[in-house]
Amino acid sequence: MSDKFIVGFDGSEPAQRALEFATGRAAAQGGSVLIAHVLEWSPYSFLTPNELEERHARRKDEMARAESAILTPAKKQVAAAGIEVETVIRYGHIAETLSKLAKTEGATQLVLGRDGQSSFGSRVFGSVAGSLVQISPVPCTIVP
Amino acid sequence: MTRLFTRVALAAMAFMALAHGAQAQDAVGIDQKVNEIFAGATGWFVNGIFSPIPGTSFPWIVGWLVAAATIFTIYFGFIQFRAFPHSIALVKGDYSDPNDAGEVSHFQALATALSGTVGLGNIAGVAVAVGIGGPGATFWMILAGLLGMASKFTECTLAVKYRNEYPDGTVSGGPMYYMVKGFAERSLPGGKFLAVMFSIFCILGSLGGGNMFQSNQAHQALTGVLGEYPGWITGVIFAVIVFVVIVGGLKSIASVTEKVVPLMAVIYVGTALIILIMNANMIGWAFGQIFAGAFTGLGVAGGFVGALIQGFKRAAFSNEAGVGSAAIAHSAVRTKEPITEGFVSLLEPFIDTVVICTMTALVIIITQQLMVDEATGLYMLNEAGTAIATVDGNTGVSLTAAAFGATFSWFPTVLAIAVILFAFSTMISWSYYGLKAWTFLFGEGKAKELTFKIIFCLFVVIGAAASLGPVIDFSDAAIFAMAVVNIFGLYFLMPVVKRELASYQSRLKSGEIRKFTE
Repeated sequence: MSDKFIVGFDGSEPAQRALEFATGRAAAQGGSVLIAHVLEWSPYSFLTPNELEERHARRKDEMARAESAILTPAKKQVAAAGIEVETVIRYGHIAETLSKLAKTEGATQLVLGRDGQSSFGSRVFGSVAGSLVQISPVPCTIVP
Repeated sequence: MTRLFTRVALAAMAFMALAHGAQAQDAVGIDQKVNEIFAGATGWFVNGIFSPIPGTSFPWIVGWLVAAATIFTIYFGFIQFRAFPHSIALVKGDYSDPNDAGEVSHFQALATALSGTVGLGNIAGVAVAVGIGGPGATFWMILAGLLGMASKFTECTLAVKYRNEYPDGTVSGGPMYYMVKGFAERSLPGGKFLAVMFSIFCILGSLGGGNMFQSNQAHQALTGVLGEYPGWITGVIFAVIVFVVIVGGLKSIASVTEKVVPLMAVIYVGTALIILIMNANMIGWAFGQIFAGAFTGLGVAGGFVGALIQGFKRAAFSNEAGVGSAAIAHSAVRTKEPITEGFVSLLEPFIDTVVICTMTALVIIITQQLMVDEATGLYMLNEAGTAIATVDGNTGVSLTAAAFGATFSWFPTVLAIAVILFAFSTMISWSYYGLKAWTFLFGEGKAKELTFKIIFCLFVVIGAAASLGPVIDFSDAAIFAMAVVNIFGLYFLMPVVKRELASYQSRLKSGEIRKFTE
């Protein structure tokens, strides 16, 4: 069975490093890359009636934007290295969604970049990388 | 264009405020004048809606609502009790496809619809009901709440089924749409006529209960904390904020409110619970008063019928079951099964009336705000004989404030903030309902929408300046007028809901519809 690397990708600088790392691993071990873009979303947040009405249209916009601005360039980059690559867009709690995805896709590894902040904010609220390390069902690489 | 208009309107309002400020001594006079004109202009409408069934003192409209709720309850085989656990599972998201994440969830639709209904009805409305109808009104209120769950189920299912979906992904739904489309589908005449009538009443309701009653009670809450001052000042301030949100598109105020309102609701219910626990030994007595009052009236104006009318009226006003307003909010949810929205929405009257309203009533009764004649054990009436005498002559929201304040002296301030926020979020919700009715009548378009929004803001000022009596009468009348038309339509469309229900239940049983949780 070939190895599958899931990269949590949001188009940022650290995410780019994670993508390069995963591409390198996939090339070395002979595996594929799944680029996952997760939009932070809670089904328990509160919306105004107007937002309810527009939600579906907004979601379509958000997904189209993520596809064209973030995923398509990343996909091209990995494909150029001759690696098999897929993309996926999800809504939800980022770390939880990535973990679930790793399970359903039978991934070998999760790869994530971190922005290297040790700020007050991430101490209080936790960071995506931090919570992913705690809950990931598969080995997890955090690329600095 | 919109921006220019915003500036002009703001300038006009500022000028108005200045002009009035210059002659502050006339302020009370202005309030009085507004009140007189308003009461005179709406009297006939109010009288028509609340006229009693000939030969009785029972308003036909109350009978209409309760009969409908009872018919739906029986027709759907006590759906509100049978489907209750399934409704909870839906709200928890057990049946939501993870691939649909990012769409409006059942929880969000419920929360939004609730923020339109939970509010002053639960705080001030209950105080009005108990203040006039005595503790017995609570019993009828709970009963109306339980029955109302079936009405809500019916209307919200239809609203999702017959909504309009536009190419840009937005949706418009509500009673006016299911009347037109549902009647056409069943080849019944008159759908269009009902839809137009409903829309007219919905606009009036959004200006009345969804607007004037809110700003009126917000003003009363403010004067309770800050001391007396003219109502139009509150009105203008509120109108400007509402204007900025609904016309200026300043989403931040609305979204802050949407986040603070649930918190206030939790604080309110939490405090009520603490007061009840502190007085746990009196809860039995309070329920005794509620049951005794429900069937004897315990000396209230109009006897037990008076208690019943007040209970039913305030319940309907608070949870809006059968009115058709929540159907507009629920119609925006993306779901493959319209009936799931019906299941979710039936929780609203339960949370709103059976839980929150009952708590308010219990706190008012337990803290003994209502004056009892020691000798007879009956409630004493005020001088006019229209309501029960209260400890400090409080009515409406100030009665609730006094009741909570009897235990926690700081609570009236928290309550004032809660009332203002609830009032505001209810106004935002109702401005949307009114707007949907308006665009249904006059068509969509920026200028048309702006016209409605400006009218809406003007009524904020009128509501704050007028006194409680005429405002509450008009608010009730307009909202009940919506129910007249809506329920009429529901009778013709309820077989559609029954078909949906049967199909859904059989698929639920066969396992075709199942939970997504692993």
